[in-house]
This record gives sequence, C-alpha cells and structure tokens, in this order.
Amino acid sequence: MANNVLAFAESRGGDLRKVAYEAVTAARALADATGGEVHAVVAGPPGIAAKAGALGTYGADVVTVVEHAAFADYNPEALAALVAERAKGGGYRVVTLIASAQGKDLAPRVAGKLGVPLASDLTMVRLDGDKLVGTHPVNTGKVIATVTLAANPAVVSLRPGAVTAAEKPRSARVDSAAPSGDPAASRVKVTQTIAGNTAKLDLGDAPVIVSGGRGLKAAENFKLVEDLAAAFGNAAVGATRAVTDDGWRPHSDQIGQTGRQVSPNLYVAVGISGAIQHLAGMRTSKTIVAINKDPEAPIFKVADYGIVGDVLEVVPALTAAVKAAKGQ
Amino acid sequence: MKIAVCIKRVPEMDVRFKIAPNGTSVDETGLKWDMSDFDGYAVEAALQMTEKLGSGEVVVVTVGPDAAQETLRKALSMGATRAVHLKANAIPFDNFAIARALAAELQGGGYDLILFGKMSIDSSNGAVGPITAELLNLPCVSAASKLEVANGKGTARRELEGAAELLEFPLPAVVSIDEGVARPRYPSLKGIMAAKKKPLEVKPAQLGDVRLTVSTMALPPERPPGRILGEGVAAVPELVRLLQTEAKVL
Repeated sequence: MANNVLAFAESRGGDLRKVAYEAVTAARALADATGGEVHAVVAGPPGIAAKAGALGTYGADVVTVVEHAAFADYNPEALAALVAERAKGGGYRVVTLIASAQGKDLAPRVAGKLGVPLASDLTMVRLDGDKLVGTHPVNTGKVIATVTLAANPAVVSLRPGAVTAAEKPRSARVDSAAPSGDPAASRVKVTQTIAGNTAKLDLGDAPVIVSGGRGLKAAENFKLVEDLAAAFGNAAVGATRAVTDDGWRPHSDQIGQTGRQVSPNLYVAVGISGAIQHLAGMRTSKTIVAINKDPEAPIFKVADYGIVGDVLEVVPALTAAVKAAKGQ
Repeated sequence: MKIAVCIKRVPEMDVRFKIAPNGTSVDETGLKWDMSDFDGYAVEAALQMTEKLGSGEVVVVTVGPDAAQETLRKALSMGATRAVHLKANAIPFDNFAIARALAAELQGGGYDLILFGKMSIDSSNGAVGPITAELLNLPCVSAASKLEVANGKGTARRELEGAAELLEFPLPAVVSIDEGVARPRYPSLKGIMAAKKKPLEVKPAQLGDVRLTVSTMALPPERPPGRILGEGVAAVPELVRLLQTEAKVL
C-alpha cells in the first residue's frame, strides 16, 4: 500500500538532532491523512540504536536503524543510497526530510536517485488527491509560492522549525538493517567535522535572537549584544553581512538573503539599518524590536517596537531591564 | 582543466514584487534581471582556478528563454570561454527537469568540474546541482564555502548549524558554491567587448516531463505597522512592558 510515509531522522555525532523529530512529526501528519504508517530511518555509528526509540514518541510506527562506523561523520552518498533504497523498497507515498544543512544536501540526492523532483524548503505540506501541495518562500521571502508535486514518491524537505515536533507516542517497532552498499566506499568523504561552540544556541533553534550591525561602531561593542542575549537566557547572537564581512563576527552568524534565514519568537536588531538583504533573513520573526539612531532606518518599517537612540546607551539599559524582569 | 558553470537568470530582488494576472508568477513589468548571486561566485571560482593554472576552459550553461543569453554574455564578459544556451520558453520550477536538460548537455563533455551556485536566489531550491550530479553519477559537494582542486582531487568546506565539515572527493565532480569561495569580479570594458565575439551555442533544452509546478504565487501577509516607542534610554521601560504584556516573549 503506497500510503506510508518515510521520514529521514537526521543525526550528528552519534545523536539524533532536533530536526529528526520534526521530520517524523511532519510524516505523522501526512500519514494520518492517508491512513498509513510512518517509517523512520536513522543511520549512525554503532550505538545510535539506543536513541532510535525516541522517534516512536513523535509518531513513528517503525524505526529502521542502520549502524556502521562509516556513518560517524555525515556520509552523503551512502545516506542517499540508503534512503532511496528504503523508499523504493517500501512503496512510500512521501519521503520527508528537513532542510537543515545536512537535509539540504541529502534531499536532492535522494530525489535524483528516485528520478523525481524535490519540493524543497516547504513551510507547509499536505496531500491533495494524487498530488502533494506545499508552500515555499521564493524571491528572498517576498513572494510565497504554492507548489504542486505530481510524483511518486513525493520527496519533500521542510524548512527547519516549520513543523513543531509534537509527541504522538507509538510503541515503535525498532528494526536494524544493513547499509545499501559499502558506506566506507563513498567517493565523497567528510574528513573532519569541526564542532562549533556547542554551549551556544544555534540561530535556528533559539527562541530569541539578538543581532548586531554596523551601528555598533566597533567589534568590541558586540559585547553589548552578547550581554543582552545572555540576559534573555534563551538567545543566540546574529549579525548583518556588513559585520561578518568586516570580520567582527564569524560568517556562520550572518542573517540575511545569503546567510541564515530565521524566524524566532523575538528578534532584536541592534544598530541594524535594515538593508533588504538583511530583512530577507528575519522578516518572518514573530516580534521584531529595533534599536537604531536613525528614525528613518528601514528596520523601523518591519519592527513591532522601535527605540530611536544610541545603541551604546540603550542596549545596556535594556539588558539591565531584562535582567530585572527575569528576576536576575 | 575544463570547468562548466551552470547559471540562471533571475530578477533583481531589491523591489516590491507584484503578482502577475495569471496568479502563478510575478509580474515582470519593470523588473531588472541579472545572474543569480551564488552563480556569480561559482563563475568567479571557476575563472580563478583556470587563471591560477594558466590554462583551461570555463563553459557557462543556462536553461531559459532568449533573454537568458544576456546572463551568459555577462559570464563571458567576466572571462568565461564560451557559452551554451539551452533554450526553453520559460525556466520551469521543476528542478529535476532542469537537471535533466543540463545533464544531457554536460554528459560526455569531458568536464573536470561542474559548478553551480548553492541555490538560485529566486526559486531557492538548491536542488538542481545535486540532482544533476546524480544523473551524471558524479561525486557532489553542495554549498561549499571553500573549494580547492589539485591533482585530480578536490577539498571543500561546508558550513553546518554551529559547526562545519571538511570534505575530500575525486574529480570529475559537481560542486555547488556558497558565497565564501570568491567574490565575483565586475566585467571590464575590455571583457564586455571581447564577450561579443565569444561563441554562444543555442540548443533546445531537453526538459522532459514537468512534475513540479507553481500553482499560485502570493505576497506574504504584511506586517502590521510598527511603533517607535520613544527616544533613548527613557523608552526602555515601555519596551520591556510591551514585551511582557503584549508580545509575551519575556
């Protein structure tokens, strides 16, 4: 019966990533509509099987675990071969992945192996008869396209955070399976995974982002942004392209058209004028606060709350007020 | 070293888009067009590689209507050797169809490296490069923020969430380029003149079935107009109050 849904559960460093639960949650919603089952597939180094049961909590009926030492680092060719082989063998209606850094790489490979187009980076997905329908922001988020995919299986990637991982416990059957081919024989090899600061919240996961721009005037003033983020407690620090180009912050912190696209609950723009390229990366945030000395700055057009003033004065005062509000 | 770079003609983004009366595309009236941002980085990376080696060929390829030849000419004026225009009435949204047309052209072309931008700035799928690699059965690295090739091997870096990975792969290969690799040069006047005489071959795009389509396009809901709460430190208490009581994020 081709009404089951295959979910790819992403892992890194021998542990599942948060997006693994999002992929299963999205698959569960689709399978509930078709009356089918959710089959999750997870690959990792020996020991990953111990983590697999958690996928049942989010609605997987079957979890297939593939353990191999060559899955310790991301192994794109072997993973694509594995997911495509499972997808072919199981007669699935949909294959769900999340468009994380890994998923953006893996999803088109899987689609290519299956000979179908990829509906990528969707913010919503549903089945409509024999078609799959999804929404996908295009033109730097200024236009929303509704796309229709007429292919079987329908391979889709969802934007991280578009689906909130929701518990729908099943007593998942956990199977183990062999890789497709020899994962150690992949042509493309990850020789090193460079861990960032793991204590730091990722921009994609953080409910609050405090972001700084050129208005901070000097690299050392970014301390004010970090202090404000620390006061919120659940915040990550972002930056504009001007700032990352100047080397004040690492390239990976850049939010905008060519950097990360984020939609936290709260986005605080500090000394950011609001160039179109930056807005493209954060305009979907739930609440936007802007602090800038220029009342005509375009950031105030998208900000829910604005304060006109010198960031070097306003930000420390806000940090103190947030601390007080949080009883720190 | 023979390098192909697959590029796309896209509208410039610095405008307020309108939806066309058909409801499935943007209104093209008054739009300016250019090479997609990341494709520019890919063309630059290819040019720098052949310039460093002192030999080689950079072939730029695009799928699209006649107007896409402007984009090819731009790449030629930057320094690409020749261009191939795979002609289609419009650029389909179906990434598999585009990859099929590109693979048909690139197959057997003797390329050491096939480059793409990591995604087009308009449709933002990032899928054509990796799908083309699958169709050609070539090793592929997507969204490379660093790329080096030497002695039939490539090394690349990819940025992850709060981490990065270093990769190794044999040539020939397909690589899609993130912006860290190389800043695109501006075409020189000499380059623009030279580009007019460079070969540009036109062939029909073999797209095949189109299975991924845009059924509607719409503008996102407008954000409610914001409020400037006040000036300087004096406005901070009101901001904190609103974050607590209205936005409920504190």
